[in-house]
Amino acid sequence: MTITFHLNGEEVSLPDTEPTTTLLDWLREDRGLTGTKEGCNEGDCGACTVMVTDPDGARALNACILFLPQLQGKSVRTVEGAAGPDGTLHPVQQALIDHHGSQCGFCTPGFVMSMVTAHTNGATDHDTQLAGNLCRCTGYAPIIRAAEAAEATPAPQWITADRKFTFSEIPRGEVADRGAAPPSAPDTQTDTQTTTDTDKATHPSLALRPRSGDDLATAFVARPEATLIAGATDVGLWVTKTLRNLEDVIFLDGCTDLKEITVTDTEVRLGAMADMNRVRQALAPLHASFAEMIRRFASQQVRAAATIGGNIANGSPIGDTPPALIALGAQLHLRRGDSRRSLPLEAFFLDYGKQDRGAGEFVEAVSFPRQPDSLRVYKLSKRFDQDISAVLGAFNVTVTEGSVTAARIAFGGMAGIPKRAAHVETALVGQRWSEATVAAAQAEFHKDFSPMSDMRASAEYRLATAKNLLGRYFTDLNGAPQHVLEISQ
Amino acid sequence: MSVSKPLPHDAAALHVTGQARYVDDIPTPRGTLHLAFGLSQIARGRITAMDLAQVRSSPGVVAVLTANDLPFDNDVSPSLHDEPLLAKGEVFYVGQPVFLVVARSHRAARVAARRAEIRYAEEEALLTVDAALAANSRFEDGPRIYHKGDAEAAIAGSAHVIEDSFEIGGQEHFYLEGQAALAMPQEDGGMLVNSSTQHPTEIQHKVAEAIGLPMHAVRVEIRRMGGGFGGKESQGNALAVACAIAARQTGKCCKMRYDRDDDMTITGKRHAFRISYRAGFEAGGRITGVSFTHLVDCGWAQDLSLPVADRAMLHSDNAYAIPAIRIESHRLKTNLQSATAYRGFGGPQGMVGIERVMDHAAHVLQIDPVELRLRNYYDAPSDAPAEGGAAPRSATVPRGISEKMKDNSTPYGMEVTDFELHEITAQLLESSDYARRRRDISEWNADNDRLKRGIAFSPVKFGISFTLTHLNQAGALVHVYQDGSIHLNHGGTEMGQGLFQKVAQVAASRFGVDLNRVKITATDTAKVPNTSATAASSGSDLNGMAVKAACDTIRDRMAAHLGEVYQQPASAVVFQGDRVRIAETEITFETAAMMCYTGRISLSATGFYKTPALDWDRIKGKGRPFFYFAYGAAVTEVIVDRLTGENRILRTDILHDAGASLNPALDIGQVEGAYVQGAGWLTTEELKWDGSGRLRTHAPSTYKIPACSDRPDVFNVALYDGQNREDTIYRSKAVGEPPFMLGISAWLALSHAVGAFGAGYPHLNAPATAEEIWRRAERIQDGV
Repeated sequence: MTITFHLNGEEVSLPDTEPTTTLLDWLREDRGLTGTKEGCNEGDCGACTVMVTDPDGARALNACILFLPQLQGKSVRTVEGAAGPDGTLHPVQQALIDHHGSQCGFCTPGFVMSMVTAHTNGATDHDTQLAGNLCRCTGYAPIIRAAEAAEATPAPQWITADRKFTFSEIPRGEVADRGAAPPSAPDTQTDTQTTTDTDKATHPSLALRPRSGDDLATAFVARPEATLIAGATDVGLWVTKTLRNLEDVIFLDGCTDLKEITVTDTEVRLGAMADMNRVRQALAPLHASFAEMIRRFASQQVRAAATIGGNIANGSPIGDTPPALIALGAQLHLRRGDSRRSLPLEAFFLDYGKQDRGAGEFVEAVSFPRQPDSLRVYKLSKRFDQDISAVLGAFNVTVTEGSVTAARIAFGGMAGIPKRAAHVETALVGQRWSEATVAAAQAEFHKDFSPMSDMRASAEYRLATAKNLLGRYFTDLNGAPQHVLEISQ
Repeated sequence: MSVSKPLPHDAAALHVTGQARYVDDIPTPRGTLHLAFGLSQIARGRITAMDLAQVRSSPGVVAVLTANDLPFDNDVSPSLHDEPLLAKGEVFYVGQPVFLVVARSHRAARVAARRAEIRYAEEEALLTVDAALAANSRFEDGPRIYHKGDAEAAIAGSAHVIEDSFEIGGQEHFYLEGQAALAMPQEDGGMLVNSSTQHPTEIQHKVAEAIGLPMHAVRVEIRRMGGGFGGKESQGNALAVACAIAARQTGKCCKMRYDRDDDMTITGKRHAFRISYRAGFEAGGRITGVSFTHLVDCGWAQDLSLPVADRAMLHSDNAYAIPAIRIESHRLKTNLQSATAYRGFGGPQGMVGIERVMDHAAHVLQIDPVELRLRNYYDAPSDAPAEGGAAPRSATVPRGISEKMKDNSTPYGMEVTDFELHEITAQLLESSDYARRRRDISEWNADNDRLKRGIAFSPVKFGISFTLTHLNQAGALVHVYQDGSIHLNHGGTEMGQGLFQKVAQVAASRFGVDLNRVKITATDTAKVPNTSATAASSGSDLNGMAVKAACDTIRDRMAAHLGEVYQQPASAVVFQGDRVRIAETEITFETAAMMCYTGRISLSATGFYKTPALDWDRIKGKGRPFFYFAYGAAVTEVIVDRLTGENRILRTDILHDAGASLNPALDIGQVEGAYVQGAGWLTTEELKWDGSGRLRTHAPSTYKIPACSDRPDVFNVALYDGQNREDTIYRSKAVGEPPFMLGISAWLALSHAVGAFGAGYPHLNAPATAEEIWRRAERIQDGV
């Protein structure tokens, strides 16, 4: 598989790329660019952050769980390319020096690239932009001072130039069919190439990069055992941590039609390949609590890569979007070859590690009906940002003239799958929406859930707080500040 | 003079451009090999069979070594010789290195290391301090006991007696750069080692033992670490030794770096403590006596546990003059990672113990916790403070002249003669508006059912010096070249704290030159020998003085020579403003250097320093273990949610004593960072092992250090305007560890907030995770 992209303003073409080579390993080991650091090799510390620009804009990504084929036709900027060709520092670099934002310096390249990306995009919600970058030395205060100080300075020319490169300037010819066609002229040809490496035991035998949902459908039916790679925020860890050798892999990021988000008067439809930052944006005006939860979903870098389809299809009991989507009455749309089917999202999750998805079948989209916003999503975790939920509760109760006419309540972290609280819902529907009803419903939780204890929380905590969250929901609809994140000194 | 200027970190420009080079960034020769350990999968037992055939046949593997293949000493312990590099038939924790893979790539080594088939005869593992205590599994023969007066008698006769027992969890260092080492075999069998270490001399020593050569055959170099925090004082030994052994065997350059999960699984962490206390108080709030029992979880090997546990005992008084005290410390041996040095080195745990007592007593006696603390503070020195004015008293608690002077000696018999906390406290309470905010919080809490705020003050008094007295020494090597540029080297290591810059500021000040004349160079055992670890906050105190000595030697030689040339006394030669003035004549520093060179003056000198006045007997627990104390205080405000235990820090105000700061910007950076790290230790950072002794929180996905938004919303940090009363380098004070303990105020503020849910005392454990806070809030609400 030949991969072509821009690195710090220069074109790079890699003819014999191992498809599961991470950008981080390639930068450090093959390219000798050691400014980008490995801190955790699982996308949780941000030391490896790079800026990747494509037609959708600039995004910060973790290079440690980013496979080279995902860069096809894009521009990559590492810390070595943050300063101008003449050595002029980027405004955030200068600000970090002026405000004493580095101590040991090991996290600094990652912070620089997250800050460069935020600066390029004009984003000033620094705590959120930098939630995916851990620093153990500074306590963050000087880094935030630096980010604020650099806000007003315009983005340097060498950074904005990355936008011009993408797609249009990729040379056509032999590498053109590797996914580099401009979006206006979709190339439906599936890119297939058998790797020539002789060491089959340690490398994928086949890597595909389909260009549309149709291509994917065809390819996946032909090779149903292949691993689908969307944002690689989970599969990346199979490679870096579990040390698995993936056999056939199919990269999905060329399937631009699967990235569509459509909002009509009756329905919201999220294409499976829509990344979580775009999903957050789309949901913000419709369901603010859902969007706020996504703000705390992993980190900026992970949200920029992770997809809504991946968060559902991977079947994790602690995936954060499924409970919220279930509470909204979401339908999941699956496709195998030319046949499509839809099912209520909750029906997709059969058991721990088991989903209702056939061989060669993939998630095409998820949709839910437009509705008045009574959804609240509560995420409990040890740390507010970039933490996996101990409990995630999503509540959507319809109250008509003081009585509950419908209730959809779902939880993550409470069972082997994202699961509805059926008994709790039953106890609510038809009753007056009152504290007494809430109390009666709280007594039903143990029928719906017997959670487990692990390193994130005890079973006791999970069950008790799940009940308490229903109480929070009751008062939350009254609009009083109920969360510690909403209080300031 | 460059001293006291708020200059950026010397490597800041390299950091932000990605040019700063760490061990794994060093270009390596072709054919460099990569190492990984195969790890024990059980907590305790004998190895009955080890099948490594699959490891050896794994692609890219060059060699696989076990304990039997090691040519010389199989040990990487910094103390007791009880830590084999590779297990010798027995394993003592999940994660203990059992065999070593040498392969052509990092990944190949990691893949191969997982292919072993090892059979064990499992034995019962000791996974808790209770189990270890019951089995009498410990280091040293019995508990170490320090005491002053008769604590039990004093407590028994008191108006109020409180007692409790609580847990203090350990802490993962989470230096962003994992452990790493690189060994290059030399032509004569010697070894050049690059190691991410706080203790190059220890690396040199252990490598020399492992390859059977004198220390002179091993040279260890380290330019910088990506964070250390104590985690690279002894934990780098294994990697450096493994690299040296593999390099010796293969003749190739060998590199080893731990994957993050391996790093957290293999290496030691902060010691977890259980502290039990019984304390007596007079009705007015004066403490009469306290008795502490420390159960210290040391893990499987001794490492630095004895001095860590000692230091915890030595900080059991913190800022308080306690008439009678008894501290009993059990150093328990369990089948977990061997706990090691971590910023504060036991001091934080000891200090949490007495601060908990104060918090508990304030609750029982219904006295404002700040007032209670002030009543128990050591007395301020009778002489005037360094910056003039009468010895300050607390502004909030006027004290009658009839009040007796306290016995100002610590539990270990050292007089406290530099107690700055009265003035620091008065200033901080005012700047933080503590009294008004505490009242406002009470009112706010009365109006809110589910959310409660809390506010707390806590002081820090931290002893500065290695308690192993002979470690309090340092060396330096300084050259002035004929062009007037200066080469600076000393035994301290740079891990982000800005030591190199501070010491360079000292050097520039001694020569009266611009800082850019001074070249900071990597720590190198061939330049300065027999160094102590950069630890115990001692870096700038010790190395600053050693560098000063070296610089002054050269400067005096230059002055003597230039005086001779210009027929002036040496005393008429002044080094200032990047120039040298000899009476009426002024020349550039370059000219001065060139004149001295052509005049055949030695422009190279070593410098040496040893801390004066120390006298410590750790067995008796008496003497003067510390040269001086560093002080600080913090006020933290938090909010908690009863329904979920969710909580966060709303505001923190800090006033910290760095003496006459060598570099206020770097010192503020240390204070801010240490506070957040300390607060993280006591809140979200939770280490969890399962029932088989396997660490379940072995990656940042499960172990949660503070993220950006966890820092206080409002964060006011200032340095106390003072001078060290002892004769330290430019009257500065050590600043690496002391502010870590300011984080205790966050934990106490959480206790205050939880206490607002009921009438009882919250009995909070540490870390106070959301779950712990929820649990305590539930109990207090139920009146338990």
